[in-house]
Amino acid sequence: MSETEKRPSVADLFVGFFVVGVMGFGGVLASSRRMVVEQRGWLTATEFTGLLGLCQFLPGGNIMNLSVALGARFRGIPGAVAALVGLMSGPVAIVIGLGVIYDQYKDVPAVVTAFAYLSAAAAAFMVATALRIAAPLWGKLLGIGVAVVTFIVIAVLGWPLVLALPVLALISVALAWILRPEERA
Amino acid sequence: MSPPGVLLGLALVFGQLSLLAFGGGNSIIPEMHRLVVDVHGWLGGREFVALYALAQAAPGPNLMVVSLIGWQVAGLAGAVVATVAVSLPSSVLVLLVSGVWYRFRDAPWRKAIQAGLMPVTVGLIMAGASVFIRETATNWATIAVIAVTLPAFLFTKWHPLVILGAAAALGAVGGSG
Repeated sequence: MSETEKRPSVADLFVGFFVVGVMGFGGVLASSRRMVVEQRGWLTATEFTGLLGLCQFLPGGNIMNLSVALGARFRGIPGAVAALVGLMSGPVAIVIGLGVIYDQYKDVPAVVTAFAYLSAAAAAFMVATALRIAAPLWGKLLGIGVAVVTFIVIAVLGWPLVLALPVLALISVALAWILRPEERA
Repeated sequence: MSPPGVLLGLALVFGQLSLLAFGGGNSIIPEMHRLVVDVHGWLGGREFVALYALAQAAPGPNLMVVSLIGWQVAGLAGAVVATVAVSLPSSVLVLLVSGVWYRFRDAPWRKAIQAGLMPVTVGLIMAGASVFIRETATNWATIAVIAVTLPAFLFTKWHPLVILGAAAALGAVGGSG
C-alpha cells in the first residue's frame, strides 16, 4: 500500500480551510474539493466523496461539517476547531464588510440589477457543481434512480427534509447493502 | 425586544436550524425565512432575499447568510452569536459521529451506508441547485445569465469568480429587471 494521504498539522488545517473559505466564491464545495484532493492530497477523490456523503447526511453546513470531520480525523478536537475557525473567520469578516458597504448603496438601481445577475450566475455555478458531483454515478442505474427520486421528493414535491431524508437514506442504504456484490464491480 | 433578548433569540433560532440543516445550508433557507421574517419580524422579506444574494456574492460557506442576518439584526455581537449558534450543535454531532465513521473504515455496513448515501447526496445538491434557479430565474434577463454562465462554468477553465464578476458587472452596466 503506497502512502496516498499526507497528514496535515493543526496549522495546515487552519491555513488550508482559511484559503478555501476566502477563495470559495459561489459556495465552498468546489474549492474545498480542489484543496483537499487535488492541491494537498489529504484525501483521495473517492474518500472525499464518501466523507462529503456523511457531511451531507448530518445536519449543518456541508463544508463546515467537512472541515470539522477532516480536522478531527487528522488532529482531534484541536484540528477540528482549527479547520472550522479557519473556514469561517475570513468569510464572516468579508460578509460583514460587504453588508456595511451594501447598506449604503442598496437602493442604487445599478446595484439592484448587479445583484440580480450575480445571483443568477451563482445559481448556474451551483448547477455546474451538482453535475460534477454526480459524475461518479454515470452508468450506475440504481444510483441515478435514487438521485432522481431524491430530487423529485425534495425539489418537486417539497417534502420537509426532516421527513424525506431518513426515508430516502434508509431505502438507498438498504438497496446498497442488498446489491453490494454488484457495487464492487 | 432588548438587545440581550435579541441575542438569545438569534442563538435559539440558529442553534435549532443548525440541527435541522439536513442536506446542508441551502435546505434551511425557507425555514430560516419563516423564523427570521414571519415569526420574529427581525427583517422584511425583501431584505432577507437581498441579504441572501449578498451572502452569495461573498466567499465562504452557503451559511454565511446567517452571519449577515445576525449582523443586521444585532450588530457585531449578533453576527458572532448567530455564526457560533449555527456552527456549534452540528459540529459537535459531526465530532461524535465521524470518529465512528473512521473506526469502521472497512466494515461492510459502512461501505453500504456510504454507497447508499452518495446518490442521495447528489439528489440533494441537484435539489439545492433547482431552488437557486427558481429563486433567481425571475425574468428573461436573469434566465439568459443562467443559460450563458452554466456552460461557461462547465466547459471553460475560467475561475468561477471571473464568471460571477462578469455577470455582476453586466448587471450593473446594462441590467434590466
